[in-house]
Parts: sequence; C-alpha cells; structure tokens
Amino acid sequence: MEKIIESTELTKTFGDFTAVNKITFDVKKGEIFGFLGANGAGKSTAMRMLTGLLSPTSGAATVAGYDVFTEQEKIKKNIGYMSQKFSLYNDLTLMENITFYGGIYGLSNTQIKERGEKLIERLDLGNIKKKLLKEVPLGWKQKIAFSVATLHNPKVVFLDEPTGGVDPITRRQFWEMIYEKADQGMTVFVTTHYMDEAEYCHRISMMVHGEIHGYGTPKELKKEFNAQNMDEVFIHLARGDQYNLK
Amino acid sequence: MISIRNLSKNYEEVQALKNISLEVKPKEIFGLIGPDGAGKTTLMRILTSLLLFDEGEVQVMGKSPISDYQFIRNHIGYMPGKFSLYEDLTVEENLSFFANIFGTTIEKSYDLIKDIYQQIEPFKKRKAGALSGGMKQKLALCAALIHYPKILFLDEPTTGVDPVSRKEFWHIIQQLHHHDITIFVSTPYMDEANLCDRIALIDKGEILNVDLPENISKAFDKTLYAIQCHEGNYQLIKKLREYTHFDSVFPFGEEVHYTDARATDIESDIKLYLEESGLTSIQIRKTASTIEDVFISLMNKN
Amino acid sequence: MDRLKGIIKKEFYHIFRDKRTLLILFGIPIVQIVLFGFAISTEIKEVKVALLNQSKEVSSHQLVNKILSTSYFKVDEILENEEAINTSFKKGRIKAAIVIPPHFEEDILKNKEAKVQIICDASDPNTGTQIGAFLEGQIQSFLYENAQKTFGSSPPIQINTEIQMRYNPELKSAYTFVPGLITIILMLICTMMTSIAITREIETGTMEVLLASPMHPSIIILGKVIPYLALSFSIAVFILFLGKFVFGVPILAHFGLITFEILLYCLVVLALGIFISTVAKTQQLALMISLFALFLPTMLLSGFIFPIHNMPLPLQMVTKVIPATYFNIIIKALMLKGATISEILKETLVLAGMFVVLVGVSIKRFNIRLG
Repeated sequence: MEKIIESTELTKTFGDFTAVNKITFDVKKGEIFGFLGANGAGKSTAMRMLTGLLSPTSGAATVAGYDVFTEQEKIKKNIGYMSQKFSLYNDLTLMENITFYGGIYGLSNTQIKERGEKLIERLDLGNIKKKLLKEVPLGWKQKIAFSVATLHNPKVVFLDEPTGGVDPITRRQFWEMIYEKADQGMTVFVTTHYMDEAEYCHRISMMVHGEIHGYGTPKELKKEFNAQNMDEVFIHLARGDQYNLK
Repeated sequence: MISIRNLSKNYEEVQALKNISLEVKPKEIFGLIGPDGAGKTTLMRILTSLLLFDEGEVQVMGKSPISDYQFIRNHIGYMPGKFSLYEDLTVEENLSFFANIFGTTIEKSYDLIKDIYQQIEPFKKRKAGALSGGMKQKLALCAALIHYPKILFLDEPTTGVDPVSRKEFWHIIQQLHHHDITIFVSTPYMDEANLCDRIALIDKGEILNVDLPENISKAFDKTLYAIQCHEGNYQLIKKLREYTHFDSVFPFGEEVHYTDARATDIESDIKLYLEESGLTSIQIRKTASTIEDVFISLMNKN
Repeated sequence: MDRLKGIIKKEFYHIFRDKRTLLILFGIPIVQIVLFGFAISTEIKEVKVALLNQSKEVSSHQLVNKILSTSYFKVDEILENEEAINTSFKKGRIKAAIVIPPHFEEDILKNKEAKVQIICDASDPNTGTQIGAFLEGQIQSFLYENAQKTFGSSPPIQINTEIQMRYNPELKSAYTFVPGLITIILMLICTMMTSIAITREIETGTMEVLLASPMHPSIIILGKVIPYLALSFSIAVFILFLGKFVFGVPILAHFGLITFEILLYCLVVLALGIFISTVAKTQQLALMISLFALFLPTMLLSGFIFPIHNMPLPLQMVTKVIPATYFNIIIKALMLKGATISEILKETLVLAGMFVVLVGVSIKRFNIRLG
C-alpha cells in the first residue's frame, strides 16, 4: 500500500534540548493514524515538521511524496490542517469561510461554489449559511472546520485535538466523518486526549520524551502491554508503573 | 452544603441555565459533567458569587451568593478553567501573594497543601509561566487551597491535560477528601464521572440526571450490544444503520455500541444480518452501559 | 494593611519584570526630553539671515553690526542682487533676508527717513513673526542710537516701546516644554499604565480569582494605583530636576505646593485610568483609548503645543474637560511665576472636582462580580 507519510529518524533539537528524537514511522493511504503522547512529549513539534511549518534538524521524512526539508511549500498545498484552537474565522459567515479557505488552496470559484454547496447540504447547514460563525454551536463548528479543512481534497489531513470539549454525540458524528474520508482514500493524522478515541484509529504511535515508544494497531498495543484499554497502555508507556491509580 | 432550586440564568438572548435544581452534600466530591457550552462555567461562577442570576434560589454554606458574597468568598477556594495565576511571578511569590490576600501564610496552610506543594517545591524560584501544564495546575490548586476553604470549586481542571496528568490530578483531589473539604468539580470527560461521589449530567443548560455514578450508568433502559467485525467499525456502523430494527449505533472504543428497536434477545438475528451483508468475524455480546451511553441516550431524548 | 502591602509588592514585581512597561515608564520621558530639548527647538538662536547691502556706506555697516551684535542672528550669505534672495530662501538655508537700499545714509541724514526691508520665511508663521519682530527691534534701537550720535538728540517724534519678556526673558522653549512634558508624561503613565494593568488582570483571568477572594475590589485597585502614583511622582521629580539643571528652567514656587499639585494631578489621571479600565475589557482597547482618546488630544489641546485662545470655540470647549489643560496652567504658574495657592485656586478646585467625579463614576461602574 502507498505510504503517504514516511519518517526515518526525524529529529528536532532546540539548542541542547531534543524535542523530537529519531522518530521512525509511516502512515499508509486511507489510514487513520493516531498520534498520541503526554503534554510536552514532542507531539506538536513533530506535527509542525510534518506540516512544513518547522525545519527538522536531522533525519528524513516525506509527506504526500514531498520532502520535509526542501519541499515545505508543496507539502502545505497537499495537506489539510485543523486544530481545536484555531480553524475558522468567527467574524465571517460560513460561506465566507469556505470561500476564503478554498481561495487559499487555489480552488477555482466554480469549485468553491460547487464544493461549498455540497458541504452545506451534507451537514444540513442551509439555514445558517449566512450567519456569522460565532453564532454557531461549538460542536457544529468542529464539523464545519473539518469539512473546510478537507475541501481541497488533500492527500492527508492533520487534526490537532479536534474534539476537545465536544459532546459525546457530536464527537462520534465527527469520527464518522473521519471514517468516511478515510474510506474515500484520504489519510487522517490525528492527536487526541480521549483514549477511547485512540481505539478508533487504525494504527497508533505513542510519544514519550520525544521518542516513539509504542507503535501499532490498538489491538497489538493492548496485547503488547497486557492492558485492558488504551488508557492503561498510555499510562504504562508515559510513566511506567510508577503511577498505578486504577 | 450547596443548594440550588429552580435556577435560571440568561445572557441576553441565550438561556445558559434552565431551571436547575441540585443539592451538594458536605464533604462529597460532586462532579458536574457535560460538554463545552453546557453551562458548567456559568453555574460555577454563580456559586462562587461571581455572577448574578435571573431566577431561583441559591445557597452556598447556607448563605446567598448575592447578599452574603463576602462570607462565601472567605470560605471557598476557586480554580477557574483557565490558568489564572501571575505568569511573571515565581511559584513562591504567587503562593505568598494569595496567602496574603486571604490573610494567611504558606506556613499556616502547609499541612493541607504539603502533598501537592512538595511536588512543585523544587521549582519554587521558577516563574509560573515557565512551568509545565501539570505543574501550573498543581500551583493553581495550592493557591486555591491556601486558606483552608470549606468548599473547593474546580472548573474543568483536567481539560486539555493528558491522561497521565489527569489521573494524577484526580488522585490529588481524592486525597483532599481526608481534609473535610467539599469539592465541586466540572469536567467534559465522561470517564471521570466514576471518580466522583455523585454526579450531575448537564447539557444545553439543563440537568439531565443527578445521582451516584453507578446508578446513572445503570439507568440505561435498553439492552446494549457491543459488536466488532473484521472489516472495521465504519462498515459495521453503515450496515447496522441500514438494518430494519436499528435504534442507535455509535463507535465505542474498539467496538460499536448498538441498541435494537426490539426488546427480545436478538443477538443471532443481528449476527445473521451482518453476515448476509458481507461482514466477517463478527463478535457480538451484551455489555453493561457506561455513563457515556446514558449521556448519549439522554441527549437524544432531549 | 498587610494585604494592601502584598498587592503593592506584587504590582512592583509586574512593573520591574516587564520590559515593555519599563520601556514606557522610563523610555518615554527620556525620549520626549531629548526630542523637545534638543531636536525640536522653537527658540530664536543663531538664525541664519542673508544680507543684501546696496548702500555700502558707514551707517549701513553700523546697522549690520548692530543686528549681529546679539547671538540671535548670523549672516549666512552676502547677496549681490534681489534675485538672489529668492534662490537663497528656496535653498532653505536662511530664515530671513535684510535688504538695505542704496543711499541709506543719505536718506537718514537728509530726509530723516530711511527704508530697510525685512523679508521673513513665513512658512513657519510663529518663527517668521518672531524673527521679524526681533529684527525690527534691533533696527529701531540702531536708529535711536544713531540719532543720538549724529544729531546729539533723539529723533523728533519717537515712541520707545520697551517689550519685556517676563517669566522667560530669553524666550527659551525649555520654559514651555518642561512643564508641558510633566503634564503629558504623568497623564500617559498614570492613565495608560493603570488602565492596562487592570485590564491585563481581567484578560488573563486573574481578576476572576481575585474577585472570588475575600479581598475587597477597592483594595485591589488601590494596590494597583499606589505603585504607579509613586513611580509617576518620581518621574515628575526627575523631569523637574532635568529642567532646572540641564535646561535652566526656574522652579519658583514653594516645593510643598508643587508636590501637592503634582500629586493631585496624578490622582486625577489615575482615576481616569481606572475609569478606562471599567469601560475597556481588553488591554488592547485600554491602550487605544489611552492613546487616541486621551494622549493625542491632551498633547494637542492642553495648550502645550498650540495656544488655546487661538483655537476655534468648539475645540476650546473640549480643552475645558481635559485635566491637563488645568495642570498645564498650574505647573507653569508654579515654576515660572512662583504662584501661590490663591492664584491657582480655580484650576486646583477644578482638578479636585474632576477627581471626585471620576472616582465616583469608577466606583459605581466597578463590578464586584464578573460580566
């Protein structure tokens, strides 16, 4: 199967601090890849390198076939990105947001209109098309943000804690959207703090102190660490057995 | 300890809290569980006397947060959702400042905060802004405890925190229990419900249910099936949705949770249907409902 | 009392740890003083003039010498013809040209009437008028001395105007800008810094924790105000010191009275800062209000740069509600004229009134709760 992300000993140091230490992994086409780790484990740094926002120190990696050292601009054109903190403009309407993002990714006006209409129809948002986004409930916003981030059909979409604070129903609807995109062949790279969501991923990597310590399908990992669920795997990996608070 | 009767609060056109009633008993850990925008922070601010409300009756330690706010402020500890200490002051300076505000000292409160403080003490000369997320939280908690509050209000203390730090934080909260402190804590994480003595589920300004966590998870009124198949959850969910007797289905961990419109035992029926739909290695079993299942079903009913 | 001390201490930590705050506190006064003291000079000093002397007689040379006898003027160019005047002005080197016509001496002796033309660059009207008046004065006194020497008596009809430049005999600009700067800088520091310091607490969420504490909000505010009061006062003293010893501006009034008036003005502008923080909920907004709604109008309308009596009536009305207008009058009167309290009573009372109103409104607006 085609590899969309391939990272070999990718490293990033800031001064004498190694934020990401020789991480090696790959993500295949149409895969939902969970990128987990404690706060400060180096997830964000790794994600920034893969999205072309930060130059790596050493190692090698390609995203959508482009090199993270030399072809950062091409990477940016071929990926989608959505984070919990920033994704859409609250003071623009839904359609204005769509037009803006479509424009950024070089979609033609007809494409923007066509795909925008389709998106609005699919999410059943006809009645809020002209509303400013700040008037839209949080859960909807996250679904809209995901749809907008994938409007230009990127080969891979990066989702940085996309479901933080969202109610359990919306969270699941969100994941169904992810499944659907993956089913259509889009690769999804996602970080989350909900360990049950980690189980929704096809494969997972778990970062600890800048290194990848766990890597495989949720089933494999649970077996490897003799754990009931991903929560236990996480705790085991992140802190060893030092904090066993079950 | 806290008594709320028919409380309503509006922000201009938005109804943030709709006719809420709650009782919190002394010395319990009371969890307010619901997603962002459910009204958790609003309720928290009303109880801490920081916000006025439109209708209803509220008593904290037997006093009104409107007229007796001074009394309440003297006896509560409050930790807002956002880190609210001074990032340009050191750990020690922050704590001394808050001790001073409450007319006490770090030494006087040392007994209560020592378990937490010892974890951040090595960094006491460091600016609060340079601490890690987990450390900041512990510092904020120390500050909120510095005056031996009778009630501790924690607004989403674990949001955005990784599972390990979350576990640690809950461990600390449960330790505080031994000091006769009532704890009122809010969280969007359903799995934290079981760590509370009693919980209230809240959504869109309404309380969906108040009870012991174990009673709430039992409150699910349908037979819940956990199903897996080789082709993956997405295909499984799609097929189950097309099933004639489909009632609800959603992903849950590595399985999907499914309820059927029929009451009878229908495991083999479902299995047969899925096999006919082309799915393989189907595993189906009855499973106990969790708080999340209950929350979803209550939300759907609303 | 201990609690108040704690807040003050904390506030000082904030101030001394934030490079931006320090820069505003100490950078602005220094930059302003350098700018006004050395770069932007409105004084008449060594003004370059061009000379077209068509007479070339003894008297004309005596006149030229008389003009150059002060340090106000300096001949930059000796011109040969009238066309050269224009060229010289356009080159921008000279501010004035003096034209002495042919037969100047003859005209004086025979006709007892001579003409001298003074051409001033009025693209800066104030300076132009000032230079013109100065030159005219020099010529008049030459005429007077000349008449005495030649005829042994004064000219038949002559009114000797004696202009005395009281309180600033040398028309030094430092006499205006030092008091003016104290006015502006106190305004800037007190109003802007307090409003930002308070809104910062609202923005970072620390105000929420403070409000949930038993500390009364008024003490929180008081604790924030006192450090800025102390800092502004020391900066005012610093400027006074510079004014006296570097720029030679006198400080004639009683020290106690000056201290009192400076403190009063500080309180007014601090109250203004508190008021702004009850209106603006973010630091950015507080900064914008302080800069555009207060600093610029104060700078332009308080009488510091432009005289108030020359302003159109609506603007004059505006100047009446600006605290700086009154303090500018007070501080000038104190420093330059050595005024006593009775002479600046009206302005002092107005400031006191403003303080009471601002504090009252702020207390009313300041919320013991959120939202």
